[in-house]
Amino acid sequence: MGDTSKEPNKTNLERRDLIKGLATVPVAGVFLVNLWRKMSRDKAKKANLLSDLIKKKSAPAAVKSISNSRHLNIGVIGYGGRGSHLVRGAGFATKGWTDTVSENARKNKLDKQFETFMSQEDLNCSLVGVCDVFDVNAELGINASENDIRPGGNPKASATRYRHYKDLLASDDIDAVIIATPDHWHSRISIDAAKAGKHVYCEKGMTRTFDEAIDVYDAVKKTGITFQLGHQNRQVEANEKAREIVQQGLLGPINLVEITTNRNSPWGAWVWGIHPKGNEQTIDWETFQEPSPNKIPFGEEALKRFFRWRCWYDYGTGLSGDLFSHDFDAINQIMDIGIPKYASSTGGVYFYKDGRDVPDVWNATFEYPNKDLTLLYSASLSSNNPRGNRIMGHDATMQMGGQSGGGSVHGFAVTADSESTQYKDRLKSGIINPNYPIYTYSPGSKEIDGVTSATSRYFANKGLLYTYRAGKRVDPTHLHIKDWLDSIRDGSMPKCNIDVAFHEAVTCAMATESYFTGRRVEWDPVNRKLI
Amino acid sequence: MSSLDISIKENKYQLYGLVVLRVLIGWHFLYEGIAKLINPYWSSAAYLLDSKWIFSGLAKSIVANPTLLTISDYTNMWGLTLVGCSLLLGLFSRYGSLVGMALVLSYYLFAPPLLGLEYGKPNEGSYLIVNKNLIEACALWVVYVFPTSNIIGLDRFFSNQEKH
Repeated sequence: MGDTSKEPNKTNLERRDLIKGLATVPVAGVFLVNLWRKMSRDKAKKANLLSDLIKKKSAPAAVKSISNSRHLNIGVIGYGGRGSHLVRGAGFATKGWTDTVSENARKNKLDKQFETFMSQEDLNCSLVGVCDVFDVNAELGINASENDIRPGGNPKASATRYRHYKDLLASDDIDAVIIATPDHWHSRISIDAAKAGKHVYCEKGMTRTFDEAIDVYDAVKKTGITFQLGHQNRQVEANEKAREIVQQGLLGPINLVEITTNRNSPWGAWVWGIHPKGNEQTIDWETFQEPSPNKIPFGEEALKRFFRWRCWYDYGTGLSGDLFSHDFDAINQIMDIGIPKYASSTGGVYFYKDGRDVPDVWNATFEYPNKDLTLLYSASLSSNNPRGNRIMGHDATMQMGGQSGGGSVHGFAVTADSESTQYKDRLKSGIINPNYPIYTYSPGSKEIDGVTSATSRYFANKGLLYTYRAGKRVDPTHLHIKDWLDSIRDGSMPKCNIDVAFHEAVTCAMATESYFTGRRVEWDPVNRKLI
Repeated sequence: MSSLDISIKENKYQLYGLVVLRVLIGWHFLYEGIAKLINPYWSSAAYLLDSKWIFSGLAKSIVANPTLLTISDYTNMWGLTLVGCSLLLGLFSRYGSLVGMALVLSYYLFAPPLLGLEYGKPNEGSYLIVNKNLIEACALWVVYVFPTSNIIGLDRFFSNQEKH
C-alpha cells in the first residue's frame, strides 16, 4: 500500500494519543468548578456574617506614643509577686528574673517571656522608690531599678528604700506610685497618695470594704490625680472586639451573662510558699497588719497569713476582689453594665480546710433590673473544668476563654441561637448553622508560645497574660502601665479610671457583704449606700 | 521510566483502576493544598506541636524557629497543591507520587497512632498503628510502581515508548 493509505491510521493514532493524554483534564475541570462553587459558598457565608459583624474592622486605637514628652519618677509600694510584675510592665526586672527567663528562652525556644519583656516600649520613667515591709522584697525592688537588662538600656536612677509608705509619699522626686500591697492597705495608701499629689496605679480589688471604696473615689475626684485600677484586661484586644460585637447588637437582647473561675491547684488557691528568710527581723508585721480588723502576734500563723494573705478576709476579699473582679471588669468593659441593683452570694470553705476564712467555692448573682440582665458568677478552686465566660443573647451566644477561641488562647466564639429572631432567615436558608460559630476571634493563632502551666493558661485564657497588637504579642500589664503613665502626661482618662474602678469596688463589696450577712444586698446610688 | 507490565496495560480494568486511584489521590492532595493556601490563618504549627514519638523534638524545633515554620508551611501548602495537580493531570506523576508519599508519610511519622500515644486533636475515626495517612502513603507507592500517566495523562506527550 502506498503512503496515502497510512494517513487515516496515523490520524486515528494521534487522536487516540490526544484523548488518552488529556483524559483526566476534564476531572481537573470538575475539580475547579467545585472548588469555585465551594469558595463562592464560603465567601457568601463569610460576607453575610462579616458585613454584619465587623462594621468597624479597625484594630484597637493605636497606642499613644508620648512616652518621650516627660520623664516620670515612680515609686512602688508592695514589691511582691504582683508588684514585681507591674514594675516589669514599667520596664524594670530583677537580675534574677532576667537571668532566669533568658536562660529559659535559651533552653526552650517556645518560651517568649524574655523576648516579650525586652521588646516592650521604653516608657521614659525611672523606678526611684521602693517600699515593702519584707526586707527581701524591698532589696529585690532596688535590684530591679538598677538592672541594665531592660528595654531602653541603662536605667537613669537607682531606687531608694523607704520603710514606711508615708516616707515614700513625702518624697518630692516621686511623681506617681504603684500600689501592689495586699488589699487592706489599698484605700489608705491611695487616699494619702492622692492627697500628696501623687498619681496612683492601684492593684485590684480596689478596696477591701464598701466604705473604703467611697473614700478612695472621693479622694481621687477631689484631688484630680490620675488613677488607674489594675485590671489589665482593659488593654486586651479580644475584649475590644467583643465590645464591638455586643454594642452592635449582634447577640440580640442579652438577659444572662455567666462568668466563672475554675482553678484546681494549691497555687491557684493562694497556698503560696513561705519565704525561708521570712521572720520577725525581716518582716515588719505590725505595720503589715495595722489596718486589718483582727490582729495577731507575730508567729507561725502570722507568717502563713503574711505570705498567703489572700486566704483571709482581714487582708483581702477572697474570690470576690481577687478573681471575680477581673471577669466583672471585663464584662463591664464589653457591656458597660456598671453597678448592679442587687447582689447575693453563697459559698463555703469546702476543699482547702487550711484555716482560711475566705470560701473556695463561691457563687454570686447580680441583678440589673434596668438592663433586664442577670450576671452570674460561679467559682471553684477545686476543679479546673474550663467553663469559660458566656454572654447569652437571644440571637447569639459569645463564649470567651475556656473551650472557645478555636483552641487558641484568649479568643472568643459567637454562635447563633437556633431560635434567633435576628438570624431567622439566614438560619432557615442554611447560611448560618447554629452548630458552628458564626464568628471566631483568635488573635495570634499563628503565633505559638510556651504558655504551659495550668495557672498561666488560666490567665492566658482570660487574656490577662498576653494580648496582641498588630499580631505581635504584648504583655497587657505593660500596656496598662503605659496607658496610666501616658494619661498622667497628657491629662487624659486612663482605661480603668476611677469611675469604672468604683463600679468594680462597689460590686465586689456588695457580694462580699451578702456572703457575710446571708441576705440580698441592694445598692442605693442616690445616697451611695448599701441597703 | 519503567513501564507497566503488558498484561496490566492490556487489562483495561486493572489499568483504569490504577488511573482512578491516581486521580482520586490527586484530587485529595489538590484540595488539601488549596484549602491551606486560601486560609490565611492556616499553619502547620498546630499539627507539629501535637507531634508525638521520635520526631516530636524535630517538630518543636521547627515551630520554635519562624524561618523553619514558614518553610514547613510553604512546603505543605505548595507541595500538596503541586502533587495534587501532578497526579490529577498525569504530569510528572512518578515524581509527584514520590513527593506525595514523602509528605503523607511524614504526617504519619510526626503523629503515628501507636499504642500509648495520646493526641490533643480528636481523631475523626479509630486507628491502631495504621491510619489513613499510612494507607495513602502505600497507595502512592502503588501509583509509583504502576505508572499510568504515560498511558493516560499528560506524561503521554513526553513519552514515545508508550504510544500505540
